[in-house]
Amino acid sequence: MSDLTVPVSEADHIQGSAQATVTLLEYGDYQCPYCGQAYGIIKDLQAALGGKLRFVFRNFPLTKAHPYAELAAEAAEAAAAAGKFWEMHDTLYENQRALSEESIVEFARKLGLDVPQFAEDIEKRRFRSRVRKDFMNGVKSGVSGTPGFFINGEKYDESWDYDTLLSALSRLSG
Amino acid sequence: MSALTTATPLQPGTMAPDFTLATTPDQKVSLSEFRGRPVVLAFYPADWSPVCGDQLGLYNELKEEFDRYDAVLIGISVDGIWCHLAFAKERAFHFPLLSDFEPKGATAKAYGVYRAKEGETERALFVIDREGAIRWSYVSPIGINPGADGILRELERLAGNSAK
Repeated sequence: MSDLTVPVSEADHIQGSAQATVTLLEYGDYQCPYCGQAYGIIKDLQAALGGKLRFVFRNFPLTKAHPYAELAAEAAEAAAAAGKFWEMHDTLYENQRALSEESIVEFARKLGLDVPQFAEDIEKRRFRSRVRKDFMNGVKSGVSGTPGFFINGEKYDESWDYDTLLSALSRLSG
Repeated sequence: MSALTTATPLQPGTMAPDFTLATTPDQKVSLSEFRGRPVVLAFYPADWSPVCGDQLGLYNELKEEFDRYDAVLIGISVDGIWCHLAFAKERAFHFPLLSDFEPKGATAKAYGVYRAKEGETERALFVIDREGAIRWSYVSPIGINPGADGILRELERLAGNSAK
């Protein structure tokens, strides 16, 4: 129904080079099992497409359905403040069924984050507005559920299984 | 209207037909109670079906936004009130679900969004202004979650129009 209302910028979490020919953007929820599936598929796509693909992740926690989704999103943003967004993003998806207040602090410790600082960021909800901003930008761009994908800024409504996504991305990546 | 053709939803500019429907075993809700506030009507085919859950789940995340526009959000399907109660409780919905149950689908028919063959309503959205006129309507393909971007755009436009 719509295209991306907020273009990719330095404020985003980006993997891959700005010279990449195709950008896949995901609005995701760390507790959503479909996003958990998509996580593995995206890793495989990155391996297959290499430097041609740029991947961007934005928060879209469905907090009423997934009680730890908001906490996890804020945890990833807190890790981002210490330069470890992707490490936390990956850890959260790889431990999707074990999300809790305790496990998130444990993840922070394992990633070598400053745990008291991290715990304070979470406690004071320092990244709540950042997460909400992502969410609302997603809603206004027509994201209706997770995972919500955009390819080069255009909403992608086809199946997101590996083969279908790979051919959609390959068509554009040249 | 023929039962075989796709229903045509009431169009912008039409006064929204009033209705009084049950939301709990001992509570009814009328559209006219909300005169003076924007109202969003979300007709959906059935409680519990996955897309509806996602669609209503998304709206459930937008309480702040609806509050900001002083807007009332109402879900309507042909399900009975006990079904609605269990569904709303399980999903922790913060908005009422109304039961267009008897006579079945009468409200959906008045809005032009009843699917006689299936005995369910279309997946249809209406934004109604403070004076009770329909300002925007949209019928989504039945299996597609229409999201909230259209609703929010219309509420923003209404807010802009009523600002001094």
